[in-house]
Amino acid sequence: MSLAARVEEKLYQNRYLVDAGKPHIAIRPHEKPSENLLAMTHICPAGCYSETSSGQVEITPDGCLECGTCRVLCEASGDITWNYPRGGFGVLFKFG
Amino acid sequence: MIEERFDAIVIGAGMAGNAAAHTMASRGLKVLQLERGEYPGSKNVQGAILYADMVEKIIPNFREEAPLERHLVEQRFWMMGDRSHTAIQYRNDDFNEDKPNRYTIVRSQFDRWFSKEVQAQGAIVICETTVMELVSDAYGKVIGVRTDRRGGTIFADVVVLCEGVNGLLGTRAGLRPSPKPEHVALAVKEMHFLPRETIEARFNLHGDEGVVVEAAGVISKGMTGMGFVYTNKESISVGMGCLVSDFAENKDTPYGLLEAFKNHPSIKPLLEGSEVKEYAAHLIPEGGYNTIPELFGDGWVVCGDAAQLNNAIHREGSNLALTSGRLAGEAIFQIKSRKDAMTKQNLALYKKLLDDSFVMKDLKKYKDMPALLHANSQNYFLAYPQLVSKAMENFLRVDGTPKLDKEKATIGAFIKERKWSGLFGDAWKLARAWR
Ligand SMILES: Cc1cc2nc3c(=O)[nH]c(=O)nc-3n(C[C@H](O)[C@H](O)[C@H](O)COP(=O)(O)OP(=O)(O)OC[C@H]3O[C@@H](n4cnc5c(N)ncnc54)[C@H](O)[C@@H]3O)c2cc1C
Ligand code: SF4
Repeated sequence: MSLAARVEEKLYQNRYLVDAGKPHIAIRPHEKPSENLLAMTHICPAGCYSETSSGQVEITPDGCLECGTCRVLCEASGDITWNYPRGGFGVLFKFG
Repeated sequence: MIEERFDAIVIGAGMAGNAAAHTMASRGLKVLQLERGEYPGSKNVQGAILYADMVEKIIPNFREEAPLERHLVEQRFWMMGDRSHTAIQYRNDDFNEDKPNRYTIVRSQFDRWFSKEVQAQGAIVICETTVMELVSDAYGKVIGVRTDRRGGTIFADVVVLCEGVNGLLGTRAGLRPSPKPEHVALAVKEMHFLPRETIEARFNLHGDEGVVVEAAGVISKGMTGMGFVYTNKESISVGMGCLVSDFAENKDTPYGLLEAFKNHPSIKPLLEGSEVKEYAAHLIPEGGYNTIPELFGDGWVVCGDAAQLNNAIHREGSNLALTSGRLAGEAIFQIKSRKDAMTKQNLALYKKLLDDSFVMKDLKKYKDMPALLHANSQNYFLAYPQLVSKAMENFLRVDGTPKLDKEKATIGAFIKERKWSGLFGDAWKLARAWR
C-alpha cells in the first residue's frame, strides 16, 4: 500500500466540518512550481498538495489539519495565500 | 456582535489564553475571549505532558477537578538505532506523591475544562469565531479586533494575543515576523486506544501511574527531530516531529516517518492491537530565545507559542504558555488598578515579570542549542545514534573476540565517522550550548 493511500486512511479517523466552496488555502497560478511548493507534495501531513500531470501543484484542503506548515514554507514568496477557516469550520480534534 | 467595551480581549482559548483570561477575570476585569474552534481545544494538539506547578498557580485545587490522565513516575530516553535502542530510564516511587508534579492529559478535554473555569470567573467566551484582524487607531495603538461574525469591531483597552504558533493576527499587523521554516518543527501524532490493563502491563504501571518515552536517533533520518510515546489511562499518544526546513530538504513524508517509528521493533510491541482514533498535526516553536519577538506594544501583548516561548530541549511549552498568560494578566491588572493607560511603556511590566520568571531564564540558558542541533543534525541524529548502537552491540555480543579488540573496533568506528577533532568539537559545542 502506498503512503498516500495510508494518509487518507488516517484522515478518515478525524472529524471535520468542511466549509464547502470556501477553501482557506489557495495556490497562485503558476507554470512551474517553486521548490518549496513542490516540497509540499511530500511534507503536507494531510497530503493536501499534489502534482498534476502537467507539472503544476494543486491543493484540495478538505483534509487540512491546519498545521501551518505550508504557510511557513510558501506564504512569504507569494506561492500561496493562507487563512484560517471560518470560525467553527475545519478540523475538530476530539483528543488533540 | 457585542456593543460593550472590554478591559481586555484575549485571542485564543489554548493554554496561554485561558491562563490570561482566568487571571484577569478572577481579579474583576471585564474580559472577552474569542476562539475559532467549535469548542476550546478543538484546534489544539499536545503530547501531552502537563506541569502541575504552573496550573496550580492559577487554579490551586485543579487536581480535584481537571481531567487528568496519569501522573508520571517514569521517564525513558531512547536513543534509537535502526533495530535497537539504548535507554536511560528513570523511575522514582517518590513521584507517587499526594500532589504529583507532572501528568499526562488529553488536550482537547483539558482545554474544555479550563475554559469552564475561565467562564466561572466571569469572562465572556465566544467560540466558533475567527478573529480576522487587529484594529488600530490613527497612532497605531491596538484598540480592538474584527471577527468573521457580523456586527464588526469590538473594542478593548488591551488585546492579549494567545493565538498559538501559527498566529496570523500579530504577523499580519506587523507586530512580529512569521516563523521561519528552521524555527518550527512539524509534529504528527496519533491516539492509540487499548484497555487500561494492557497499558499498565506493557509499561509496568499500577493504578494511575504513567510513563513517557522520548526517542531520538535514526528515526528522524538525520533531521533535527524526536519521537514520543506517552501513556494515558486508556490510550497512548504516539508522535514524531522534525524541523520544517529539514522536512523540505529531506522530502520524507511526516506520516511515513511516523509509520516507520511505530513499526520500529522497540516501539511496535507497545502499540500492538491498538485502535487508532485520531491523527493530528501541529507546529512547535523551536527557535528558542533568539527568535522571541517584541512581546508588547501600544494596546497589545503576546504570550505562549505565538511569542516562541517554548523550550524544545525539555519539551516544555504548555507551562511557558500558562506562565506567560498569567503574567500578562497580572501586569494588565496592575496597570488597570493604577488607572494607567495600556501604553507600550506601561505594558513593559509584562516583559519585566517574564524576565524575572523561569520562562526567560530557561530559554536564555539554551539560546544556542536550536541552531547547534540544526547545523549538526546529521551527526547528532544519525551518525552518533548508529555508532552508539554498534558500540553496545559490540559490548554485549559474546563471540570469542577479545575485549580489547572489540574496544578498538568501537573507538575506530567513532573516529572513522567523525575524526577526533570532529568528535571533540561536537561534544564541546553541545556542552557549551547546554550550560
Ligand atoms: C505534538 C506536540 C506535542 C507537545 N507536547 C508537549 C508536552 O508534552 N508538554 C508541553 O508542555 N508542551 C507540549 N507541546 C507544546 C504545547 O502544546 C504548546 O506550547 C501550547 O499549546 C501553547 O499554548 P498557546 O496557548 O500558546 O497556543 P495554543 O494552545 O496553540 O492555542 C492557540 C489558540 O488560539 C486559537 N486561535 C488562533 N488564531 C485565532 C484567531 N485568529 N481567532 C480566534 N482564535 C484563534 C486557536 O484555535 C487555539 O485554540 C507540544 C506541542 C505539540 C504540537
Ligand atoms: S496547513 Fe498543514 S495540513 Fe493544511 S494544507 Fe498546509 S501543510 Fe497541509
